[in-house]
Amino acid sequence: MSTHKALPGRILSLPFLVFLSIFLVGMYFLMQRFVFGMGEVSNLNGGFSWGIWVVYDVVIGSALACGGYALAFTVYVFNKGKYHPLVRPAVLASLLGYGLAGFGAFFDMGRWWQFYNIFLPNNWNFNSVMLEVGLCVTAYIFVLALEFAPAFLEKIGAKGLLKVLNKLLFLIVALGILLPTMHQSSLGSLLIAMGHKVHPLWQSMHLQPLLALLTALIMGFSIVIFEGSFSAVGFKEKLQTHLFKNLSKVIIWLLLIFLVARFATIIFQGNISHLLSFDTNSLLFILETALFTVPLLILLSPANRSQGSRLLIAAVCMLLAGSLYRFNAFLFTLNPGVGYSYFPSAPEIMVTLGLISFEIMAYIVLVRTLPVLHHEKT
Amino acid sequence: MKRRDFLKTTLTTTLGSTAAVGISSQSVMARGNLKPAPDAVGMLYDSTLCVGCKACVSACKKTNNMPPVQAKNKKDTADFARDLSSKTLNVIKVYRNGNLAVKDRQINGFAFEKRSCMHCVDPGCVSVCPVTAMRHNPITGIVTYHADACIGCRNCMVGCPYNVPQFEYENPFGQIQKCQMCNQAGVEKIDKGGMTSCAEVCPTGATLFGSRKSLMAEAKKRMALKPGEVYNYPRGNLDKKPSHHEKEIPIYKKHIWGEKEAGGTNVLHISSIDFDKLGMPPLKDRSSASVAETVQHTLYQYMALPAVALAGLAFTVAKNSNNDKDNDNKGDKK
Ligand code: SF4
Ligand code: SF4
Ligand code: SF4
Repeated sequence: MSTHKALPGRILSLPFLVFLSIFLVGMYFLMQRFVFGMGEVSNLNGGFSWGIWVVYDVVIGSALACGGYALAFTVYVFNKGKYHPLVRPAVLASLLGYGLAGFGAFFDMGRWWQFYNIFLPNNWNFNSVMLEVGLCVTAYIFVLALEFAPAFLEKIGAKGLLKVLNKLLFLIVALGILLPTMHQSSLGSLLIAMGHKVHPLWQSMHLQPLLALLTALIMGFSIVIFEGSFSAVGFKEKLQTHLFKNLSKVIIWLLLIFLVARFATIIFQGNISHLLSFDTNSLLFILETALFTVPLLILLSPANRSQGSRLLIAAVCMLLAGSLYRFNAFLFTLNPGVGYSYFPSAPEIMVTLGLISFEIMAYIVLVRTLPVLHHEKT
Repeated sequence: MKRRDFLKTTLTTTLGSTAAVGISSQSVMARGNLKPAPDAVGMLYDSTLCVGCKACVSACKKTNNMPPVQAKNKKDTADFARDLSSKTLNVIKVYRNGNLAVKDRQINGFAFEKRSCMHCVDPGCVSVCPVTAMRHNPITGIVTYHADACIGCRNCMVGCPYNVPQFEYENPFGQIQKCQMCNQAGVEKIDKGGMTSCAEVCPTGATLFGSRKSLMAEAKKRMALKPGEVYNYPRGNLDKKPSHHEKEIPIYKKHIWGEKEAGGTNVLHISSIDFDKLGMPPLKDRSSASVAETVQHTLYQYMALPAVALAGLAFTVAKNSNNDKDNDNKGDKK
């Protein structure tokens, strides 16, 4: 017999207070951004108009929040009921991650006070990848809220609403799979129009959406492994490695397809020379590829697949790999032209860290107050 | 179907179709570059005629009500803008090499180069803007910006191959700034039959206004001239009784920037120096915007793919949820 329940224990703890102070510092700088303008707190310039607020908070943050997506794929569509216990914590983390990505996109908007323009159909430019990303991410945040709603409704005992929601669940979950597939691939497509500014090793043009989608899935599954172990530690239970064995097999395929597509593109485009130049960009490429390859080697051995610590190492590698891929393509190796350079300012970094702290605090509060984590009684 | 096979098939189908769309869109449904508007207006900048007086920079600032960029000592009143910014929509840059002995010579020489919006035939800024705040006039080909629609996402900045659009970062309620060929609301010099401020004041005709067609013909004519001979260079508006002055013909590079680059531009450049030395970006003939749109539209053609996918997913989920219910009833009573 099994059930969801709130994690016992206090909310206020030393780490919590540390996160709280980082959050407050971040909010101080965010306030400055609204009062004095973006130039006051950020190092953005004419060549680098997207800094870490877009690239980390939105592009990478949303991929790190793909746990709900990856699990929805596995649990419902493929009918592997045994993954159920992980859905709620994953959906919660996704909701928080996507919520903050949406907030990040908002405060990064230079003309935030008319953000609603993107929701007015008469403004829509259907050629714009950004339009698809904006609308689709917004819709997905609502879908995630609905996916998570049962935890809240159970808590307050709203049985009637729960029933209605359960009836609609098939539609919500289907949207929860469709929408991320759309906007996660579009995040990659944003790079196409950036043309020559994107380094040749990352400018795969037509394959951008596929590579972005693959990294989203890889990072999504890795986060699930990550959260699974968190949950196990929280309830002082044995890590349910058997749950992850099958996930690992899916991940192996995703990694293989990613690496093959990546190298095939580079060879096909005749960019091998960039790979072997051993400048900063080629070293970043090698580091990134290593981070994709190590987990592949770990997971290929069946013995490793049932060992929690190995799985965790693989998951961490993949999270870093996917993040580095997106950082490299959008920021680290970007070359808008002579005379432009960018390194985030301290306030920019603090804003981002502040939001990450908020995410962690919100997660702690919610798993301790709502029935999120799954407890298996034996 | 076994569950595992099902997992495999569905994942493979999703990824496979994304990949197939990516690859097939390269040829089958490619939208190709947009074509120049038949009556597009533009400018021809001939770097060999430019004397670096920056009259065009001042005139531009006057038209757009922008302050000069001051020198470090703050005494000099001349404009010291080194690059485009939210306060400088048109700038003259200098190419320097070696001992700078001769103008318009690549080795041991120097040259001037103008930077302002190129008014692309297939503009990246227009293609990427989610809210249609960048607009491409179908008749004049002029690319204008509309702050009332703009949300400030700055995709136009990354989507412009020339880093032309500039956001006012220092202003908490800033907007994008870019050259609108003096045809922005309230100025409308072109609509009123006039020419751009920079071409109007240029003493040498280095910045020449006209229709793209006649400017292109003029540029081609100059390529064919014999270096060392004298040519009567037009000034002002090429299509409306330009004034002329005589000057010795330089050795031009046989390259009209903007004829083909990324679909071409309405502002054309010619020079005696290779354009990559003058800071022009490495562009292919096919515009990146056209590739992005092709991929996106192939993926979303008439929203059919997502709609079919949603129907399929909803069906599968509904079916599998029912199975779950059966399982629950059997084994998982609370
Ligand atoms: S006004 Fe003409 S000559 Fe003077 S800097 Fe501008 S383009 Fe050159
Ligand atoms: S140069 Fe840049 S801003 Fe000007 S039309 Fe082309 S893409 Fe747009
Ligand atoms: S900053 Fe404004 S004009 Fe530029 S792409 Fe975004 S909404 Fe469009």
